[in-house]
Amino acid sequence: MTPAIEIRQACKAYGDLKAVNCVDLEVGQGEFFALLGPNGAGKTTLINLLSGLCKPDSGRLSIMGFDVSRNYKDARRSVGVVPQELVFDPFFTVREVLEVQSGYFGISDNDDWIDEILTRLDLSAKADTNMRALSGGMKRRVLVAQALVHKPPVIILDEPTAGVDVELRQALWEFVRSLNEAGHTIVLTTHYLEEAQSLCSRIAMLKAGNIVALDTTENLLKGFSVRRVKLQISPDEMPEALKSRCLGLESGYHVLKLDEFSELESLLEALRKFGTEVTDMILPPPDLEEVFVEIMSEA
Amino acid sequence: MKGFSSLFYKEVLRFWKVGFQTLLSPLLSTLLYLLIFSHALGSHVQALPGVPYISFLIPGLAMMALLQNAFANSSSSLIQSKITGNIIFLLLSPVSYPEIFFAYVLASTVRGILVGIGIFAVTHWAIRVPLEYPLWALVFGILGSFILGATGIIAGIWAEKFDQLASFQNFIILPLTFLSGVFYSIRSLPPFWQQVSHLNPFFYLIDGFRYGFFGASDAPPYFSLLVVSICFAAVSLFTLGLLKSGYKLRN
Ligand SMILES: Nc1ncnc2c1ncn2[C@@H]1O[C@H](COP(=O)(O)OP(=O)(O)OP(=O)(O)O)[C@@H](O)[C@H]1O
Ligand SMILES: [Mg+2]
Repeated sequence: MTPAIEIRQACKAYGDLKAVNCVDLEVGQGEFFALLGPNGAGKTTLINLLSGLCKPDSGRLSIMGFDVSRNYKDARRSVGVVPQELVFDPFFTVREVLEVQSGYFGISDNDDWIDEILTRLDLSAKADTNMRALSGGMKRRVLVAQALVHKPPVIILDEPTAGVDVELRQALWEFVRSLNEAGHTIVLTTHYLEEAQSLCSRIAMLKAGNIVALDTTENLLKGFSVRRVKLQISPDEMPEALKSRCLGLESGYHVLKLDEFSELESLLEALRKFGTEVTDMILPPPDLEEVFVEIMSEA
Repeated sequence: MKGFSSLFYKEVLRFWKVGFQTLLSPLLSTLLYLLIFSHALGSHVQALPGVPYISFLIPGLAMMALLQNAFANSSSSLIQSKITGNIIFLLLSPVSYPEIFFAYVLASTVRGILVGIGIFAVTHWAIRVPLEYPLWALVFGILGSFILGATGIIAGIWAEKFDQLASFQNFIILPLTFLSGVFYSIRSLPPFWQQVSHLNPFFYLIDGFRYGFFGASDAPPYFSLLVVSICFAAVSLFTLGLLKSGYKLRN
């Protein structure tokens, strides 16, 4: 099957700064994919190269098999981008904006679909309100609506939840998840790593224009996450022999490092041997944030 | 075609919604010019034989307003879209660069022509201006809007700040229109300045336009038409090339 997104050796420099440094990336159709990285890593630049907002210095990019420069019309029809910046046209109402945007994509009678998106994004009441009169979160929702007017198979969301309240965040993710279930390929960037962890099946991590990690969420968590166990013990004194494993104390719990999950068994046995009783135990689930920090410090 | 018509519709709607600034205010300032110049100069200037100065003045002022508004429409729309960032909605779409070109130019033309017609409409009851060759007037009015609409695209793409656009307007568009014979017939100038005026493309626009009204002009009308057509072709090709390259839009 044609990949939803195919990037081959894409480079983009601003002066001496290599914003995107020869990136190779493939995202399959129907994937829910996360592009993560610290500020300035090159996420937005990579998205701009895909959407045609800027031109690569070298390399090839395609969406649904359409080259973004040679076959730009089909490529752009295949992708909807929710930009990171909160941009809007102050001259128009929400509905006008969506009608004009549909027209750009060659769609004439889009009222049914526009009404549906407005409902799903809880914007119906604001349909005839001028963009200027919307709150920040509402403007963000209009950006999402604009990206969807042409029902693109690939949807790219560049930090869609920045500055968005909890309720809308959940509603938005529910909506995006349903789009994914309906077959749309989703690519998102976010700095809320727990969002990426719970939503995305595959993750690329970008640092200084390079991809430094690319794997399924599961493998990343398994491979990189330091497993830890939190123990409450009595007497509350860690035996000397096990102190090397101690990562510290956290609200009455001793935090111990596990290189392998199977080490837990021997750890508990060792404690028993020292006559230490375990009164409570927590096994925190693997955490993408830790993986992220670790990968970023290594790379 | 749908991409073009949507963008055209959006551009017309944009100036229509703020018609007070984009249509009424240029109308008002043109009427002020008319009042002041006809009073101050009326008895001193003999522009065309047998034509009262105030009648002579009206087509020139109308054309000047038409040109300036055609320029203002595309240039201000583009720079606003660039600065606020909403230009990306167009750039993310499959609308092609010729469609972008024609949509901006034609919306500018609509605004230019509306302002021009408005000036005739409000002066009509007081001052009689003949209309000898309406087709000539129309052709020059439209070509003038095209040229300035396209120039507005160039300026809107090039300028990064509003004051850069203002300098483009103040140092290029304004002097060229003022020195093109809006307020006088260039025959009243010393020979050297007559020669200089003949290098100004705006002179041919105004002169040809005026020919449509009075059936008389400083330059032969067909020659003016030729010059204006060449200017239009050159400016259009340049603008299309600029849009195609993505200069300052997709970088
Ligand atoms: N138009 C531009 N001109 C010059 N430098 C730019 C431009 N756009 C981006 N950059 C630089 O390229 C690098 C990558 O920027 P980019 O916006 O892609 O980062 P990002 O990963 O999206 O960061 P963030 O998480 O903050 O959104 C940054 O160092 C940025 O300063
Ligand atoms: Mg970014």
